[in-house]
Amino acid sequence: MTRERLLTFALLAALLALPFAAQALGYPFYTTLATRMAILALAATGLNIALGLGGLVSFGHAAFFGIGGYAAGIVATHAMNAQPLLGLDIPASMPLVWLLAALSAGLVAAITGAISLRTSGVYFIMITLAFAQMIFYFAISWKAYGGEDGLSIALRNGFPGMNTAVPRDLFMIAFALLLAGLLIFWRVRVSRFGAALHAARQNELRVAAIGIEPFPIRLVAFVVSAMITAVAGAMFAELNRFASPSMLAWPMSGELIVLIILGGTGRLAGPVAGAMLYVMLEYWLGSITERWQFFLGLTLLGVVLFARGGIVGLVAGKARHG
Amino acid sequence: MLLEVRNLQASYGASQALFGADLAVGEGEVVALMGRNGMGKTTTIRAICGLMANRSGAISFAGREVIREKPFRIARHGIGLVPEGRRCFPNLTVRENLLAAARPGKWTIATVAQLFPRLGERLSQYARTLSGGEQQMLAIGRALMTNPRLLILDEATEGLAPTVRRDIWSAIRRLKADGQSILVVDKTMVELLPVADRCVVLEKGHTAWTGRPDELTAELQDRYLGV
Repeated sequence: MTRERLLTFALLAALLALPFAAQALGYPFYTTLATRMAILALAATGLNIALGLGGLVSFGHAAFFGIGGYAAGIVATHAMNAQPLLGLDIPASMPLVWLLAALSAGLVAAITGAISLRTSGVYFIMITLAFAQMIFYFAISWKAYGGEDGLSIALRNGFPGMNTAVPRDLFMIAFALLLAGLLIFWRVRVSRFGAALHAARQNELRVAAIGIEPFPIRLVAFVVSAMITAVAGAMFAELNRFASPSMLAWPMSGELIVLIILGGTGRLAGPVAGAMLYVMLEYWLGSITERWQFFLGLTLLGVVLFARGGIVGLVAGKARHG
Repeated sequence: MLLEVRNLQASYGASQALFGADLAVGEGEVVALMGRNGMGKTTTIRAICGLMANRSGAISFAGREVIREKPFRIARHGIGLVPEGRRCFPNLTVRENLLAAARPGKWTIATVAQLFPRLGERLSQYARTLSGGEQQMLAIGRALMTNPRLLILDEATEGLAPTVRRDIWSAIRRLKADGQSILVVDKTMVELLPVADRCVVLEKGHTAWTGRPDELTAELQDRYLGV
């Protein structure tokens, strides 16, 4: 077994054990932290397909994260008030939310990606940022769903066989989604599609000479990436019982990129390691000083300067991709 | 004819490099594209593969006119290119380099590994860590993975050690025996001529001579290929 695989299993085992250990030691709040770690890791895993494998530095993934959040909020609100949504009576169901979140974000990603992917480099970063900000401003002006105040979720959407009001149950759902997200990432990475996506990142003309058109491959990667991040956004809103406009704002996009860089760009376990470190820093440093992000910045600086493969690169060796 | 190129002209910006190249490759035929440095061999190949933006003339491949088509479409029609200087994807493993190019057909990672056993032993190694000869084997393997009707090799053995060159020529002979159509550029005449069915000589961007290898007399070689 490679060191990277060992590290992946170790990180996932530690994350899975955290809520149980927290319960046993009498710190139930840590279950919520573990859930936050799993959700952010899932969101970053989505972005990792576009950024880590495709080299697409999307500064607009907050839009997809927020679309997921609002899908959860809208379904919960309509279901609770027994109001039909688009003429249909809908149940307060998490799988339905994930489906809506993934489809909506996928559609938005297909449209914005079809335009954005005609650019590259800093222009791609700027155009994805611009689209995300457009969606942010649309959300805060949408009074029917809370406008600037966001959308509260009085009662979480349900999941068959689980009580989503119980923190450990919610964690287990988030953890299972994270495993599914990692499985998708891994399947993409070892597939012909993944190889072509990574090859297109290295040299467009060279991939054209072997019969590959880079644009549709990148678009599919961008859409899949957005769909995974949207499902994470839905879970984030469920966790906080609140779909906040800040989920759609550009700092969220930056946060997801930071998670990946901290953990290791293009590495399977990168987003998991990054999210775990990020949430730990946020919690422990945040309890010491309000300026905890200064120390996060120092950590990021250290990683960029001395461990460019992130935590995974530091432990498991040189990057497999990138 | 599988490939027919007529009056091919191409330029790099304002600088014209091809002034009317003509050549043809039949099914199962090996054609050697020859000429001194700077006579337009690589430009001809790049133009056939759609990698030159400024090109005109006629390129018919398998009965289809491809002069206006994009490079990826030309490759999908069945032209596999082994570019000059190998040009593998350095940050992909050997397996990933081959996998990225895979299209349905008889060539798979396993059959490429049979043709080049050294590649088979290095499937999980990064392309950037291979020797020059192994990278050339990988470039040929990658082109074969597209299951091409026509394989184009630009400078097939340039800069390689004699033992590696021998392996590459042996592989080319095996491909020829299997009926693979090949257009090949190389400077080692002693290896190139025995494998070629026909020769096309370029001189200052146009076709100066076409014929069988045994018709390429010492006088012609001196006139068109001598330094």
